[in-house]
Amino acid sequence: MLNSSPTTPNLVEIRDVYYSVGGRDIFKGLTLNVPRGKITAIMGPSGTGKTTLLRLITGQIRPTRGQVLVDDQDVSKLSRRALYALRQRMGMLFQNGALLTDMSVFENVAFPVREHTDLPESLIRNLVLTKLQAVGLRGAYKLMPHELSGGMARRVALARAMVRDPHLLIYDEPFAGLDPISMGVILRLLRNVNDALAITSIVVSHDVDEIAQVADLSYILAGGKVVASGTPKALKEDQSGLVRQFMNGLPDGPVPFHYPADDYFKELLA
Amino acid sequence: MFKALTKLLGNAVAAFGAITWFLLRILSQVPRALLRPGLVIHQIHNAGALSLVIIMTCGLFVGMVLGLQGYDMLERFGSESSLGSAAALALVKELGPVVAALLFAGRAGTALASEIGLMRATDQLVAMEIMAVDPFRHVVAPRFLGGVIALPLLTMIFIAIGIFGVQLVGVQQLGVDQGTFWSQMRGSVEVDDVMQGLIKGCVFGVACSLIAVYEGYVAEPTAEGVGRATTRTVVNSAVMTLILDYMITAVML
Repeated sequence: MLNSSPTTPNLVEIRDVYYSVGGRDIFKGLTLNVPRGKITAIMGPSGTGKTTLLRLITGQIRPTRGQVLVDDQDVSKLSRRALYALRQRMGMLFQNGALLTDMSVFENVAFPVREHTDLPESLIRNLVLTKLQAVGLRGAYKLMPHELSGGMARRVALARAMVRDPHLLIYDEPFAGLDPISMGVILRLLRNVNDALAITSIVVSHDVDEIAQVADLSYILAGGKVVASGTPKALKEDQSGLVRQFMNGLPDGPVPFHYPADDYFKELLA
Repeated sequence: MFKALTKLLGNAVAAFGAITWFLLRILSQVPRALLRPGLVIHQIHNAGALSLVIIMTCGLFVGMVLGLQGYDMLERFGSESSLGSAAALALVKELGPVVAALLFAGRAGTALASEIGLMRATDQLVAMEIMAVDPFRHVVAPRFLGGVIALPLLTMIFIAIGIFGVQLVGVQQLGVDQGTFWSQMRGSVEVDDVMQGLIKGCVFGVACSLIAVYEGYVAEPTAEGVGRATTRTVVNSAVMTLILDYMITAVML
């Protein structure tokens, strides 16, 4: 399944992508690369289109202009069949887990395997239990999704995302709303999974400190473009306005605290 | 005025096109969905078996009311002995298929729409797509098939219980002769009448199930959107059922 002879050093390449929805421009010439075998973080203030970027990479939407290359294939030009074939080499962890609510934990993790292969039941069982063991939830295999805490649901979803050993694992806000312990667990899993399975990871997040611990490369998006990129350490030391504001969580700066409005005094005294 | 009218017409045509396209996508996945009979059987259970109580209760009471009203009306012409045939024809050809479809839309249709809408709202449908599993094959087609198979069966059960209800009031309570009641019914209800009821049940099954899965699938992924989807399911199913009922009756009479 794994592409044995990678032709390019980048698994994902976004080339000069424009995308707008409802008359609003989300991306205006976005260009970024995701190197193979590394953890790449995509950061940026809310509403800069981080999730939209993931939807472009997974082929759920098509750019108005530009190319989205995954494994040297232009996602926006693929037929449905070819896109589904490509997606079989991807795994995605959704913000809320997106577990199928009518199935147990075991069946959720087994779902992609059952759908795409005819493996014997004993093999599926071993495969699923190994992945659940990796995320520490082998004991919970009988539970239903509504019986899981938020952190547990996300770990099950991670087991499901990696059950078919994908090339590319995509994490959408993996830390949002988690307690510190669960966050630590996910962080460690993220690093271990990436290194042990030799896969490429893309993490969308705005938890600057957490992501700095694991990412090999970070991009900061703003205004439809990449405004800064580099190792998390380099970004921390970057003194340019927006990067400094974002990395240090300053309330006001290039991204204004106030939503555009008329003059405050004038409005009060009117 | 003219502008508004053309816009309305344009919207109607667009909606019709969208739902037809949706139906074609379902139909293209039906053979593959049938390869997993477990999923379809589960949905027949959801749409059919779980609607049994409401269908049977309502069937009984519709039949009993029909017995009372029918008897009262026929008695005025001194022909209360035809109660059996009159009530059976009404149930088999009209009341059975229509009321069963309306109940089905309220019980099973809303459940389908809200379930699929919530799957959309909680990213389950997108997650399936990312796992390269077509939601039409795994979610939409089995639910559609479940409804299509369940409603004709529910219709027949509704009619049978309804006739029992008529008999309960007409024969047991009001004293119509048992033998006359059944023999008149057997004499006047033809196979064609039963076929008409069955065909209506099948057509309403397709219409109501299609509307339910469509509304659920295109629902806005918010609490409000899912609520609106269930409302539209009931309203559109009811309107569609009655329009189709007129059309089928006009063609088949």
